[in-house]
Amino acid sequence: MIDLDDLDRAFLRDLSRDGTLSAGELGRRHGLSQPAAWRRVKRLTDAGILAGARVTVDRAALGFGVTVFLGIKLATKGRVSLEDFERAVTAIPEVQVVQHVLGLFDYRLRVVARDIADFERVLRRRIMTLPGVGQVEANVLLTEEARPGPLG
Amino acid sequence: MGFDELSIQIDDTDRRILRHLLAEPDLATPVLAERAGVTQATCWRRLERLAEQGVITARQAVIDWRALGYGVEVSLRFTLDKTYPRAFDEFLAAAREVPEVIAIETFLGRVDVRLNVLARDMGHYQQIYRERILTLPHIADIEALMLIATIKDSAGLPL
Repeated sequence: MIDLDDLDRAFLRDLSRDGTLSAGELGRRHGLSQPAAWRRVKRLTDAGILAGARVTVDRAALGFGVTVFLGIKLATKGRVSLEDFERAVTAIPEVQVVQHVLGLFDYRLRVVARDIADFERVLRRRIMTLPGVGQVEANVLLTEEARPGPLG
Repeated sequence: MGFDELSIQIDDTDRRILRHLLAEPDLATPVLAERAGVTQATCWRRLERLAEQGVITARQAVIDWRALGYGVEVSLRFTLDKTYPRAFDEFLAAAREVPEVIAIETFLGRVDVRLNVLARDMGHYQQIYRERILTLPHIADIEALMLIATIKDSAGLPL
């Protein structure tokens, strides 16, 4: 793990807000030359800290008005059933996020749908038919907010 | 203005570009153009317009918190005491002050609010939980889910 200084943290804060910033622009903001800024970005990327890009869209504007988080408990457990479940659930196009968790549920899913009727279709035809699926809890997302995190 | 009005302005070319971009956000524009079967100039123009229209709301770098030494991620689900009218506002404002909180979501359902909390290790998590989380206002109940692995993480839409 590499040590970060204040400039690294400032770079990460800026890039986590706008990932399209060039090394030149980052350098100008923080008083570094373009090559020096580029070397810092490269170092953060090589260390695996900068791990790709994220594109956020207005889902409602694209016709996907509903986002639901599902908590799923498997009815049967064992290595094979986890693998079967994971393979099947990741193939569903409406399922954006699959997380294996420890606690009240075994998996957390983020599901997008056009409306509540479309969500019901996804739930009945795709989710409830997954191998090993047991208890399911649904919570409809109202608002979401990404925070900068512990970058000092 | 409803979203029906806005969605009319988006055609199949936009959808194709967005589908590829959401599936692989790291793609450079020339490669994205090729995948979507449009010229580079068209691709640039469409991306710019989608951003202007507010369809693309952000393009951000992903930070791998594990690579920064945050090995523990917990999803905390809260039920709030809704007999107090400002419970949501005050809880959310206080949660924003906790640096280890990386995401805040509100829900309609059994859960009111969810916070994604990072910690360096279990000892650090215990400390954050006791000192910063349990002290948040208007909590009626908390449930914790500890993240073991992220199997899929995509912003993809079935466009």
